[in-house]
Amino acid sequence: MNPALRPFLEIGLTHYLVLSSLMFSLGILAMVARRNAIGVLIGIELILNAANVNLVAFGRFTDAGPQGPVFAIFVIMLAAAEAAIALALLLSLFERSGSVSLDEASELKG
Amino acid sequence: MAELLGKLTAAMGTYGPAVLFYGVAGLVLASAAYAVVAKKIDHSAFSLMACFTGVAALYAMLGSDFLAVTQVIVYVGGIMILIVFGVLLTDRLPVEYRQISRETVVQGLAVAVPVMAALVWAAAGTSWPVVAEAAAAAAPPAAGGTDPGTTAAIGKLLLTDYLFPFEFASVLLLVALVGAARMARGGAK
Repeated sequence: MNPALRPFLEIGLTHYLVLSSLMFSLGILAMVARRNAIGVLIGIELILNAANVNLVAFGRFTDAGPQGPVFAIFVIMLAAAEAAIALALLLSLFERSGSVSLDEASELKG
Repeated sequence: MAELLGKLTAAMGTYGPAVLFYGVAGLVLASAAYAVVAKKIDHSAFSLMACFTGVAALYAMLGSDFLAVTQVIVYVGGIMILIVFGVLLTDRLPVEYRQISRETVVQGLAVAVPVMAALVWAAAGTSWPVVAEAAAAAAPPAAGGTDPGTTAAIGKLLLTDYLFPFEFASVLLLVALVGAARMARGGAK
């Protein structure tokens, strides 16, 4: 193996961390750039998945062992609860105002 | 011919994990990027499904078999269905709200790019306390040649050290789902 390419070809913890950083930033981009509330929800799911990749990678490569996947399971549970609540809120908002645009949902601004 | 095959196998042994990782990472990032910038929200939802499947593959590559299956069941099977239902039930918007506008993309990039730079700098610059690769790789095949997987260890941890959070999470899920059903039926008025 070419020694210059070694850091790129031996997949380690850093590769997974960089990948999840990129996913995290894409999620932030979706949260800020989307005006549709479902698009924002998609961004949040991307962010939670990025966090999970981090947890599992740390569990695999450090001495955390199975604790990494256990924490990821709790994150998945919370993501499921959050998705259910968010979509119920969206349906309720759609019933009230006929749209899921976040620019129009400004009643609480006062 | 056999010589070529031998060379190919050796190359697969050396480069195989890297090729697999970069292939799956490319799939995950490309589908996530399309989910973010797609003009139609339904395209975005289906692209997100590909992204979640790629993340399940990442879990499998990290040796976390139980989590890979959970990811497919919960995300691809559950959360994606919820999102698609949300899209179908609310997709009567004027076109300008479905599309993603240049102005908000610029604002989003102004936030996301510095965050990405900081995270990549931190991830690549820190020397993490990594366990020696040989020890980590040697641990699984100890049990009679077959990989025992992580399911048993996760189950033991959930019912011993993390019993309270585990039970609390079930109560939380119950409350969240009952509340969601109540809200979605329009009873909030």
